[in-house]
Amino acid sequence: MTVAFDPAEKFQAYAHPERLVSTAWLEEHLGAPGLIVVESDEDVLLYETGHIPGAVKVDWHTELNDPVVRDYVDGAGFARLMSAKGISRDTTVVIYGDRSNWWASYALWVFTLFGHADVRLLDGGRDRWVAEGRPLTTDAPAPAAVDYPVVERDDRGVRAFKEDVLAHFGKPLIDVRSLEEYTGERTHMPSYPQEGALRGGHIPTAASVPWSRAANDDGTFRSADELSAIYRDEADIDDSDDVVTYCRIGERSSHTWFVLAHLLGVPRVRNYDGSWTEWGSAVRVPIAVGAEPGAAPGR
Amino acid sequence: MTDLPAPLAEIRDDFLSFSEKDRLQLLLEFSNELPALPERYREHPELLERVEECQSPVYLFVEVSPEGRVDVHATAPAEAPTTRGFASILAQGLSGLDAAAVLAVPDDFPLQLGLTTAVSPLRLNGMSGMLWRIKRQVGEKSAA
Repeated sequence: MTVAFDPAEKFQAYAHPERLVSTAWLEEHLGAPGLIVVESDEDVLLYETGHIPGAVKVDWHTELNDPVVRDYVDGAGFARLMSAKGISRDTTVVIYGDRSNWWASYALWVFTLFGHADVRLLDGGRDRWVAEGRPLTTDAPAPAAVDYPVVERDDRGVRAFKEDVLAHFGKPLIDVRSLEEYTGERTHMPSYPQEGALRGGHIPTAASVPWSRAANDDGTFRSADELSAIYRDEADIDDSDDVVTYCRIGERSSHTWFVLAHLLGVPRVRNYDGSWTEWGSAVRVPIAVGAEPGAAPGR
Repeated sequence: MTDLPAPLAEIRDDFLSFSEKDRLQLLLEFSNELPALPERYREHPELLERVEECQSPVYLFVEVSPEGRVDVHATAPAEAPTTRGFASILAQGLSGLDAAAVLAVPDDFPLQLGLTTAVSPLRLNGMSGMLWRIKRQVGEKSAA
């Protein structure tokens, strides 16, 4: 069973309007059969202070990551997680979160690795829902466990590894971090904890398009025309391109991945989740510093 | 494990006596208990020090009385309950101690609360940053 799409006019200009729902649509559809709402935040306690009625929490650190290896859970782990949250393979999942949906985008991207078909984002995320005075509750839902099949994770479609990036020179790379991180002045976001990259700078040839350019001040996505001007006209991405996005640990670049893949409809976009915390510490990989993208290294 | 001042030891033991899930609940209680800033600081934001290690705007201010008694004040937004919880633990656990006792608190205190799995070491960096800044302010203000 699939829940009807949000017909909001803003979304119709996007390549895949079915990937977004508005706050008004969601409030109207809360409790609809076949719909599960998921909150995924940077702050591990935010859900507990109040969440959308009926929403379940998925934590990126404790639930989507493998506890030992730097990787995501496997097919069995994902099936267990989905089952515990009351999500079946044909459930419509709407994800929302704090910080303009960074972590929500990241969770959506992980759901995509397992081929979950109907997964959408709440445009504007948690902040917009709260700002509009929509209902919140601290009552934790207790979903009945459901069956979710064990589907092996398929990393080929939307995930890039370091080796893929090394073979990618000549095709578009987008660095979505702040300009200070791109130039190499810092290795982490202003006011964010240091996450331990040993070198500063960017992957040679990467264009700098900070993730936040895709978002309005209220956390909603910019219009299709505005996004097209930023990514097609300025960053020179065309619809036949094979694009890789990266940031520091892969969360902000999931936001840009979502924009390119679902809102602009670029057919091949991969997120390099190793991102700068891997690249900036790897031995003998090429690095460019300063504001210029730099030349592709000879091979 | 280095000896902790009694109030911090009590907080640590409370956390460790719970399951990991309940430790988060306790952190949420601390978050809710973070006292509002005293009036004199609300009017003087320039007195507050930004904790750069935290992703959220967290500010703190330390007072040391002529007798060497420490008071820690902190503020963090409601949208950052984890950070508020960390600030509240330190404000409650350190206020009232004398300067020497604060300076002797081991830098790895944040890692002793049994939260590394549930909260992630990364998020705990913010608390380490607060502790480090508090100790630095105490050092500066008690030397003066």
